[in-house]
Amino acid sequence: MGLETDQPFLTVSMNKVVNWARKNSLWPATFGLACCAIEMMASTDSRYDLARFGSEAFRASPRQADLMIVSGRVCKKMAPVLRQVYDQMPDPKWVIAMGDCASNGGVFNNYAVVQGVDQIVPVDIYVPGCPPSPDALIHAIMQLQEKIDQERFSQRY
Amino acid sequence: MQNSDLMSERSTTFPAGIEVERQHDPDTGADTMTINMGPSHPSTHGVLRLVLELDGENVVRCTPHIGYLHTGIEKTMENLSYYKALVLTDREDYLSNLCNNLAYSLAVEQLVDVVIPEKSQVLRVLLNELERIASHMLWLGTHALDIGAMSVFFYTWQDRDLILEIKEHMSGVRTKTSWICPGGLRGDMPSGWYERVESFLNQFPKRMEMYEGLLSNNPIWLERTRGVGVLTPQDALDAGLTGPSLRASGVAWDLRKSNPYSGYEQYEFDIAVGQYGDVLDRYRVRMEELRQSYEICRQAMKRALAMPGAPVRTNDRKIAPPPKAELDTSMEALIHHFKLFTEGYHPPVGEALGVVEGPRGEKAYYVISDGSNRPYRVRIKGPSFYNLQALPKMCEGRLVADVVAMIGSIDIVLGDIDR
Repeated sequence: MGLETDQPFLTVSMNKVVNWARKNSLWPATFGLACCAIEMMASTDSRYDLARFGSEAFRASPRQADLMIVSGRVCKKMAPVLRQVYDQMPDPKWVIAMGDCASNGGVFNNYAVVQGVDQIVPVDIYVPGCPPSPDALIHAIMQLQEKIDQERFSQRY
Repeated sequence: MQNSDLMSERSTTFPAGIEVERQHDPDTGADTMTINMGPSHPSTHGVLRLVLELDGENVVRCTPHIGYLHTGIEKTMENLSYYKALVLTDREDYLSNLCNNLAYSLAVEQLVDVVIPEKSQVLRVLLNELERIASHMLWLGTHALDIGAMSVFFYTWQDRDLILEIKEHMSGVRTKTSWICPGGLRGDMPSGWYERVESFLNQFPKRMEMYEGLLSNNPIWLERTRGVGVLTPQDALDAGLTGPSLRASGVAWDLRKSNPYSGYEQYEFDIAVGQYGDVLDRYRVRMEELRQSYEICRQAMKRALAMPGAPVRTNDRKIAPPPKAELDTSMEALIHHFKLFTEGYHPPVGEALGVVEGPRGEKAYYVISDGSNRPYRVRIKGPSFYNLQALPKMCEGRLVADVVAMIGSIDIVLGDIDR
């Protein structure tokens, strides 16, 4: 290991250490849209405490965020804004489609609502529920952490 | 609109980024700058977009742009039977689900002319007041957060989560229960539910003291709210304000007193009325409303507990499904159940208005029936839309830092505005 020398060092694969750092400091952008945003806020409160997973720091500026939680229905007027916010986020970045509306339109199969946010941005994790409970969102973030762990870090730059 | 259309629209007419535009006034020599606030902004309570014309730090003009959450709920309701359209009311103003349920149910009950049992009236009041507390808790936390008091948010969400657990206990979901339905309630309360409400109510007055202690005499809080965003009673009435925002301006108008529904006339409570119509008064009015809601909850609990086993749904099998146990023994019940959930009921031709005093103000559902099993038209009157109209009036001439305080003080929900 090298701990016994004067200047200790660790031998570890670059992939592991980069992914470890990335997955444990996912900073979500505050992109609250509708009902799911309320449950997203609930997941940061003292009862559910998203901070345990390193994701409590919701950033108001997309420039400082690397996770977009699309929480709620995306209407067609909002869609370009959503894409703009996504484009403003620096790489590497991930997207969680929270709730039925963001995943596939949900109950709103009508003229106004985008039938799934994956038409606009690439989605990593879909969370079912209307709205999903904070537990479901935390589970999604844990799933995303596992997904990040499997990635080759050099493919996301 | 297809994906490619969205993208092409973005490249040509996309206006939602930051627009900077300077206008020089030759008379005064002053420059104004137009800046964009929202629709993705942490303090606009959703996807509200404000275009602010600023002279230095002062707001010269404030133009709200809405429609970023337009969901087509009214149109979608026309394609669902009366019973199924109920679930969309939960998703419209998503912080006062049970109040929306009640307003819609009142309208449909007028159309089909059904009388609902006494116990369901009592529980409707209880649920509505719990919903009001939950909504005001969210308002208090986010409003304080906007102004800079972070910790209040964490405390209020603890209380809000307790109410959501009360709702989860009765229905299985935390927020969108659709528990109030045309014909009464979906079902009676499960065992242990009243104890849970009781334990919430027992600790609530102490929590209120804590919130008052955190904010009411906090010099920073007073500095940020006193004299900010003043609306005279005439301003408030002109803009069509309702709810706590109107009452803070000194107009004692509350539908629970003036046009009682669901038996509100049998409860003893006061209307909180403000004096100056500023942000501080709107805070005080809502804090007093929380206490009054608590009182109503106590009275409703006493009434509900005095009626164990009483029905909570109408016996009219055309409107409400039969009890589950009957389905095993009665062919007629099975047919009723099947007809209700496949076809629904056909109210006579006519129109009805169901209106309640929601946490944000008057919530109205105007339902028109053409005799079919689906509403011909549903019009939703959301209080937030009217409350937002007062925002430009409040903002103009004030500092840009006060804008977030004013947005928080009128407690808008964008789902309610855009529907």
